[in-house]
Amino acid sequence: MNLRRDVFQAIADPTRRAILVLVATHAMTAGAIAANFDTARPTVSKHLAILTECELLKQEQNGREIYYHLNPQKMKEIADFIEPFRKTWDDRFNKLEAVMKKYQTKK
Amino acid sequence: MELKTKVHAEEGKLELIVTREFDLPLELLFRAYTEPEIVEEWMGTKVLTLENKKHGSWQFETTDPTGNKHLFSGTIHDFVPEEKIIRTFEMENTGFGVQLEFLEFEKLTDDTSKLRMHILYKTLEERAQYLKIGMARGMGLAHNRLEKIAIKFKK
Repeated sequence: MNLRRDVFQAIADPTRRAILVLVATHAMTAGAIAANFDTARPTVSKHLAILTECELLKQEQNGREIYYHLNPQKMKEIADFIEPFRKTWDDRFNKLEAVMKKYQTKK
Repeated sequence: MELKTKVHAEEGKLELIVTREFDLPLELLFRAYTEPEIVEEWMGTKVLTLENKKHGSWQFETTDPTGNKHLFSGTIHDFVPEEKIIRTFEMENTGFGVQLEFLEFEKLTDDTSKLRMHILYKTLEERAQYLKIGMARGMGLAHNRLEKIAIKFKK
């Protein structure tokens, strides 16, 4: 897997966003990160690879363990967090639309 | 997939403008903001108070996945059915400041409508924090934790 990915693509995925939030507080090993998800370990590894590839995560060797931590420099590049914010609102409004369509047909 | 929601956040300004066109008649779009049981349904929040009138007040309570309750509230400055709601918004007990919201509802066709949310913050920092919380909130995580993370991102 050697695709070039940009940060926005990386944060478009909910699991990857959750990983970023997890490691935001402290550096974690892949195993510790995976323990927070129901997803299979290889899937989490794939997400970690993508996040590392676009430099949102940095790897640090500590003894025999590799720790993942957030790269704040790269996070800053996500211009003011507008895209995720927009996505949140878009999801919310989609829900509104779906709910109201139900009321529409009820009439 | 193209997002139907547009966010306009100019650098160095205290405001944020969110617009969205809905595949719904204006009447239904407006009801989604004014009928408590409908608000609860699409926002996933509990409506404690919602006085749809000038000088009215509102308060919502949201329970996060870890069971913590969060209160959101404000006062309604102006209310014109199917046209506009001007209100304040504050996340209680978070240290985040109050913001002023102008919600404008517009009919496009008989079956479509548009919402324009114009939000004003006291400081640029508050606008930035709100954007970050917006991102994190979408992940459905605990509030106090989000604040810590938002502060961390700020560095």
